Parts: sequence; C-alpha cells; structure tokens
Amino acid sequence: MAEFLDMGGYGFYIWGSYLVTGVLMVLEVILVRRRRSQLKRRLDRMGRMQSHEEETRLDHEIET
Amino acid sequence: MAINWYKFASPASFYPLAGRLVPWFWILAAVLIVIGLYLGFVVAPTDYKQGEAYRIMFIHVPAAWMSMFIYIVMAIYAGLALVLKTRLSTMMATALAPTGAMFTFVALWTGAFWGKPMWGAWWVWDARLTSELILLFLYIGYMSLYAAIDDPRRAARASGLLAIVGAVNVPIIYFSVKWWNTLHQGASISFGQAPTMAATMLAAMGIMALGFWMYTIAVVLMRVRCEILERERHSDWVQEMVSRGTYG
Amino acid sequence: MKSRHKRLALVAVGLVGLGVATTLVLRAFNSNLVFFFSPTQVAAKESPQGRSFRLGGLVEQGSLKRDDNGLTVHFVVTDTSVNIPVTFTGILPDLFREGQGVVAQGKLSPDGVFMADEVLAKHDEKYMPPEVADALEKAKDVNAQMSGTSLAKSGTEGKP
Repeated sequence: MAEFLDMGGYGFYIWGSYLVTGVLMVLEVILVRRRRSQLKRRLDRMGRMQSHEEETRLDHEIET
Repeated sequence: MAINWYKFASPASFYPLAGRLVPWFWILAAVLIVIGLYLGFVVAPTDYKQGEAYRIMFIHVPAAWMSMFIYIVMAIYAGLALVLKTRLSTMMATALAPTGAMFTFVALWTGAFWGKPMWGAWWVWDARLTSELILLFLYIGYMSLYAAIDDPRRAARASGLLAIVGAVNVPIIYFSVKWWNTLHQGASISFGQAPTMAATMLAAMGIMALGFWMYTIAVVLMRVRCEILERERHSDWVQEMVSRGTYG
Repeated sequence: MKSRHKRLALVAVGLVGLGVATTLVLRAFNSNLVFFFSPTQVAAKESPQGRSFRLGGLVEQGSLKRDDNGLTVHFVVTDTSVNIPVTFTGILPDLFREGQGVVAQGKLSPDGVFMADEVLAKHDEKYMPPEVADALEKAKDVNAQMSGTSLAKSGTEGKP
C-alpha cells in the first residue's frame, strides 16, 4: 500500500493531480445541486405569495 | 424522421427529458471512470522513460480534450442562439461554460504537476501552454460578460459573439505543437497515424475520456435545468409546477 | 430598420475583432513564442544575439561530464548536423539523459559555449512498458548491424 502511494517517488505529483481533479468535479456537482435547491425554495416562496395574492383578490371580489 | 427534434428545442419539453436522462449519464460516468482508474493504476504498465509519473496523463489528456471539445460545442450553441434566436441554445451555452472552465483548469493544473518532475518546470510560456491558458481566460470572459449585462437578450448576443470569436483559439491549441517549437510533446494520437502508446495505456486514457464526457453531459444537463427554471419562471408551465410544488 | 443596422455593426465589429485577435495571437507566437532555437539556427545566427534565449536539441551520447564539485555539468546539444557545447550549474530534471531532448535557457559566450542557467527536459509522445522499449532497442540494433548506416539517425526519431 505504501509502495502504491509512493508511486516510484512521484506520489506527490500524481496524487496532487488526481486529488485536485476529484475535488473540483465533486465540488461542481455540489454547487449545481445547491443552485437547484435554492432555486426551488425561491420558486416555492413565489408560489405562496401568488396564491396569497389570489386569495385576497378573490376575497375582495366576493365581498364586493 | 419519426422524432420531431424541434419539439425538444423548446425549454418546456427539454426540461423533463433532461431530468430523465441525468441519472443514466451519472451511472455511465461513474462506471467508466472507475474502469478507467483501474486500467490506469493496476493494468497499465510503468513507462520505460517516465516511470510512474506518466499516470497523470490519464486525467491530463482527457481534461484537455474536454476543455477544447466543450468550447467548440459552446460556440456552436452560441452561434445557433445568434442565428436562430432559440432560447434553449443560449441556456445550453451558458450551462457548458463552467464545466469547460473547470476542465481547462484541471488540464493546466495536472500539466504543471506533470511538468515539474519531468521537464523540470511547473510552467513555461510555450505555445501549447499559453494557448490553453488563453482558453481559460476565454471561458472566464464569456461567463463574466454574460453575467455583467442585465438584459438577458443583449447578454446572450455579446457573450455569444465572444464565444464564437474565441473559437479560433481551439485549433491553435491543437496544432500549436506542430506549428511552433514547444516544450510540450506532440500528440500521441492523431488522425491517420498509429498511436505511439502501449495498448493498455491507450485504453485507460480513452475510457477516462469517455467517463469525463459522460460526467460533462450529466452535470451540464443538471445546470441547464436550473437555467431553464430561472429564465422561464414566469411561463405557464413553470407556474404550474410551482403551484403543484414539484419540479420534475 | 435601426436594430438591423445595429446588429450588422455588431457582427462587423465581431469579425474585425476576430481578425485582429487572430493576427495578434499568431504574431505573438511567431515572434516571442518560438520556444527554442536549434543548434543549426544558432550557427546561422538566427537566434537573438547578446541576450538570453533557449537552445533545444538532443543531448549527445557520451558527452555528459561532471565537474569535481558535482554541480556543474558539461554536455553537447546536437541536432545531428551542428553541435553546441553547454555548461550548466544546478540540478538537472529527472528526464535529463544522454540521447534525450533538452531545452536550455542561457547565453552564448564569445567562445561558442552556451552558458545555461536553466535546463528543461523535453520528452516525446511515446509511452510504452520497459520490456517493449528494450525489444524495440534490440530490433533497432539488429537493423543497424544489417545496414550499418542508420545509427546516426536513431537519435532524431523522437522529434514530433
């Protein structure tokens, strides 16, 4: 195992490359997922506000 | 043509289609990358000259290929957006840019980590490295230009033009090692020539490249779905999803 | 009408920009990004005179010598037609080997010795296991014995 990690003395360079690549790819997916969940929350809020407006408008129409 | 492709050019029908495709591309990406890593670290032999250090190639080359390929696809979408004025094309172009920039950075980073032990330098200003760095600036320029302009249609036009003009850099990157004296070596794989690489090394690199490609499709489809929801949030079909509280 | 004019102007600006960017990039590459000069170019005085430049070629077989201090090295860079002696003090990269590609940055002294202050190794695009490399080497030796001529050429094959 230690021999595998050492990579014939080039371990720092090889794992330095693979680690950064892996972290960036995972990070990109996390960022896109976060963007989607934030967007959903915003749309939900928008939906609640609209239905609230609609209700008040309907109430208003019924009253008059 | 049995399938009406134009149907999928509309965001309303592309959105659910993309949603159904994403998991499949994730599975493909994961399987291919795992096989690629296995081939690259277990099956592929030690190189006669570079020892183990050459194994950086299995991510360096696929990342560099993707950085150029994604730019070309992005420029084509940007061109389609300018000519046909289809909304989805702009969304695809903007969704591709961050992944392209990420792979460009990975190609530069892994190149530095390969160049230091082999060449003796993290970075040199030769034509291959410099033109790949320009590619990173083009991606960043495209994204910031799109973000800087408020009116989405004007933003799409200006950044689209930049994307198309910048496409001239891609053949420069590719042929730089032929056109100029560079420290960077020539291509091991080129059209009409037998690859100058052992078969198992080639297989590891090819499968990694396929894996990166599938990863790109998966993450870009996820991003374009966000883009669609944002841009189309006032349209009836998004409003309907909002009122149901499910987003597909 | 007005918007069409505007669009035309934008496209024109874009095309002009494309042209300018291309010429600039190509010119920059041609004047500054010739990464190294070959010994033949140096002999023909095509390399910059009196200032630092890069010399690229193959390290000639059997030319590497170390001074007693162990840090200063002397070797000959060749492109098989012109040879240039190089002196360098410092640590050589892992891939620095006789018969392999090298790019050295430095100045040409009046007596024709290239005084390098940086040495980089240039490798080719060939990747294979050591056994295959050995087999190829043996096959080449056999061929060389059969024809007796190709020895001089064997060093140049790595150049892309």
